[in-house]
Amino acid sequence: MSKSVTDVICPFCGTLCDDLEVIVSDDGKKIEDIYNACAIGAEKFMHAQAPERVKRPRMQQPDGSYKEVSYDEAVEYTARMLFNAKKPLMYGWSSTSCEAQSVGHEIAEKVGAIVDNTATVCHGTTLIAVQDVGIPSCTLGEIKNRADRIIFWGCNPCHAHPRHQSRYSVFPRGFFTNKGHMNRKVIVVDPRVTDTAKLADYHYQVEQGRDYELLSAFRVALRNEPLPETVAGIPREKIIEGAEVMKSGRFGIIFFGMGVTQSLSKNHNIDNAIMLTKDLNEFTKFSIMAMRGHYNVTGSGQVLGWQFGYPFSVDLSRGFARYNPGETSSNDLLRRGEVDAVFVLGSDPGAHFPISSVKKIAELPSVCVDPHITPTSEISKLHVPVAFVGVEVGGNCYRMDNVPIEARKVVDPPEGVLTDVEFLTRVNARLDQLMGGK
Amino acid sequence: MAKLKLNLITGRTIHQGVAMEGGKEKDAYTKACGIIEMDPSDLKKLGIWKGTNVRVTSEWGSVVVKAVEATQGPHPGLAYIPMGPWANSVVNPKTYSTGMPTFKGVPIEVEPAINEPVLSSIQLVQKKCRGEA
Ligand code: SF4
Repeated sequence: MSKSVTDVICPFCGTLCDDLEVIVSDDGKKIEDIYNACAIGAEKFMHAQAPERVKRPRMQQPDGSYKEVSYDEAVEYTARMLFNAKKPLMYGWSSTSCEAQSVGHEIAEKVGAIVDNTATVCHGTTLIAVQDVGIPSCTLGEIKNRADRIIFWGCNPCHAHPRHQSRYSVFPRGFFTNKGHMNRKVIVVDPRVTDTAKLADYHYQVEQGRDYELLSAFRVALRNEPLPETVAGIPREKIIEGAEVMKSGRFGIIFFGMGVTQSLSKNHNIDNAIMLTKDLNEFTKFSIMAMRGHYNVTGSGQVLGWQFGYPFSVDLSRGFARYNPGETSSNDLLRRGEVDAVFVLGSDPGAHFPISSVKKIAELPSVCVDPHITPTSEISKLHVPVAFVGVEVGGNCYRMDNVPIEARKVVDPPEGVLTDVEFLTRVNARLDQLMGGK
Repeated sequence: MAKLKLNLITGRTIHQGVAMEGGKEKDAYTKACGIIEMDPSDLKKLGIWKGTNVRVTSEWGSVVVKAVEATQGPHPGLAYIPMGPWANSVVNPKTYSTGMPTFKGVPIEVEPAINEPVLSSIQLVQKKCRGEA
């Protein structure tokens, strides 16, 4: 007989769905089926079961091949690498629990490392904008129950957050939105006719990289000031119409993604989007929210924030916390050759950093802690496989709207495989020995 | 041979997400991300069929991917490579003091490369790191 585990959290994207049902074999070892998850979430649970999964740490050999080593040796290598380094980079932290992040930060403080998370390549510019101008935001529950104007700006939830629209933003019937999507008007701003745009009531096919102009144009339209004939490829009439749609709602929300954070203008795009939200509050209630990617990148920002005061790119190498994106951010540090060791946990910079940064990681002493084989694990000197958070071990995570949700364990990890927290705790203890209790 | 200048953006696709969770060392990941989505009119301009391998070159690097027809178009002049090591071989690494590399809005040049293979993610990154690709 199989048993069913309900209310399981999906540890993939920032939507952090908490309604999954997982069918587990009687002995609690095997996942047999998954309900309610999207294709990506289901694959995450299924891949945890793959027979070819790496179950022991592997050390790179001079010829580039990998040789299995024990967890003890892996702890020793990691602790010594961090101990010997002058300015190590400890990057990732977005696909793990807040508990693991906290142990990681303790280590970072001890060895004087730089702690950076994946915000540095996704919503880091958002965080800069929020520090500049603040942010009027809300929870996804409020959106489900109240929002009748939904704007997706530079994001494509159909692909990146597949259940976002059905659980919160477009389709669900909420308290004041009891007709579901019939109550809502959806606006999409994207240079492509994305699958999200195809579902929208209004699509603004903005010229790529001209979001700042279009945001400004909406602000001008709200003030009834004159506009040129077209802005960023959008005719004036359409801009005025869009502004009217936004104004006429009872509760609106702007969701935004990489389309604005990664294009030129970067943080200034977000400044302007937040100021548009502020302007709209002259007419009705409006909020704005970042579509966070990794399931716990928000948590990493939270834990770093309450421990050191900054949400990413925190430099602890001088014995106190410094923060200066552009200087203390991973890609800048790597490109300038300012770090002398790299520790990665819960992310894959090998696949998601520009290749010039990846080359630098390959040249340095490096450790990659990841359940999967990834481009990062295959260029690092040491790869340490660990249990999947949210599948094989629980832990705290933060949804994209900063709501903490406890991830659940559904099956045991393969025998002998450590969790992130266990591995980090052992490295931390070994560092204490190396430092002689300093 | 014909060359075409385009504006490159990168980002997620659901296939990228599924294939990534299935294993980045697998073929499915190469099929999902070792591609460039181009507008049919741009494929025509370049004089190639969809499914042809092309070499994408920017100021910052070069990579071989398979040209496919855009499913989320039309977007003439714009090209899309799903996020991953192929896209990151050519994106603009400059952060302009924000920490964020410029993953979107990268000027590229595309040319047919019929006889060149699309490498797997691991091969690609390892070769690039050794300076071989
Ligand atoms: S939408 Fe995101 S959190 Fe929900 S099941 Fe899909 S991947 Fe998981």
